[in-house]
Amino acid sequence: MKNDAPMTEAELHAYVDGQLDDVRRTAIEAYLATDPAAAERARAYARQNEQLHALFDGTLDEPVPKTLRLPPVRRTPNPLRYAALLAAMVVGGVIGWALHNEAPLTITPDLPQQAALAHSVYAPEVQHPVEVSAREEAHLVSWLSKRLGAPVHAPQLSDAGYELMGGRLLPGTSGPAAQFMYQDVRGNRLTLYVRTTTDGNRETAFRYAKEDKVGVFYWVDGPFGYALSGEIERLQLLRVAESIYRELNP
Amino acid sequence: MRDAKLFDEHIPRLRRYARALTGERSEADDLVQECLARAWEKLSLWQRGTDLRAWLFTIMHNLFVNDLRRRISRPEMLTLDDEALEAPRRATQEDGLGLRDLQAALNRLPLDQREVLLLVGLEEMSYEEVAKTLGIPLGTVMSRLSRARERLRVQLNGAGPALRRVK
Repeated sequence: MKNDAPMTEAELHAYVDGQLDDVRRTAIEAYLATDPAAAERARAYARQNEQLHALFDGTLDEPVPKTLRLPPVRRTPNPLRYAALLAAMVVGGVIGWALHNEAPLTITPDLPQQAALAHSVYAPEVQHPVEVSAREEAHLVSWLSKRLGAPVHAPQLSDAGYELMGGRLLPGTSGPAAQFMYQDVRGNRLTLYVRTTTDGNRETAFRYAKEDKVGVFYWVDGPFGYALSGEIERLQLLRVAESIYRELNP
Repeated sequence: MRDAKLFDEHIPRLRRYARALTGERSEADDLVQECLARAWEKLSLWQRGTDLRAWLFTIMHNLFVNDLRRRISRPEMLTLDDEALEAPRRATQEDGLGLRDLQAALNRLPLDQREVLLLVGLEEMSYEEVAKTLGIPLGTVMSRLSRARERLRVQLNGAGPALRRVK
């Protein structure tokens, strides 16, 4: 649009959206009466706004699913925990308002895929879901620690309603990986996939990926990359992931 | 300390925006859920007294863009969903065709233009709020808005009711 034009392109839109002051609105109205093409555009754009409301406003009246209204997990006000969380976010490149372009988790490129694959292979297994059962937990943990080359823990998820079934050793991309399997009273299974990271000790924020039907929250904490997989609601899965993180960082 | 209902008043609008953005019901609610989970995680970073709605929409914008990037890098994950056409069915019969065309044209808009159009036209944010929410200059907001609207206008005029969704 020319500089000396009586109406800028931005003003045409501001007119449509009711974002002009009274003086300019009157001036633009007067101008549009002389420019049928611009007036036609203004009408078409206003109609687009109306149609967008017609298409989507129904959502406003739909009852909000309970899962979206769940109150947040009660966190004990532990300054250390917040410090750890904050550190995780900072390392993850995520700082409040400036949270554009969260860096991809390059140090664990295929962690969620590997974890989801292992989950979908073993979680449905009826006969042999685990290699070593939870009855031999001490043996399981020391065996997996030895194979992964650093002390591994099997977190207790009883508070979240999941009991440890056992675990197994798996081939990972860059060496051995461990899988712990958990089950709730309804038979829903979660797996925690643990493998050593190649990049030394790092810490990242939680990330989420969905592989087919399997949701995965994954993060790096010290020498290990962790990935919690399950076919449950994302928010529920996040809460279990958070309780694992808390247990591993008391 | 924490107000468990802090986000409640914003949820219906977040859902509406997510529905319009993704064009698909279950994906939209997943997006809202993830957005809220993130927001609770990061609540200590929200500055009380600043615009909570804009902050929530920023989180949703970032999640959606990242999600999309991930899918683009792994296109085999994309699935066609029958629900994609669900929203237009809400329309009444007489304006049904026009709305369906608009929805189809909306889905074909480049994401950056779609976001601006929806935040302005549906969410009724001021242009400054849109700039802040998306972290882009005001001039970029205006140019994206202009291109989005003109593109829709031309498509809806040109194709008319004969426009068909081809899958």
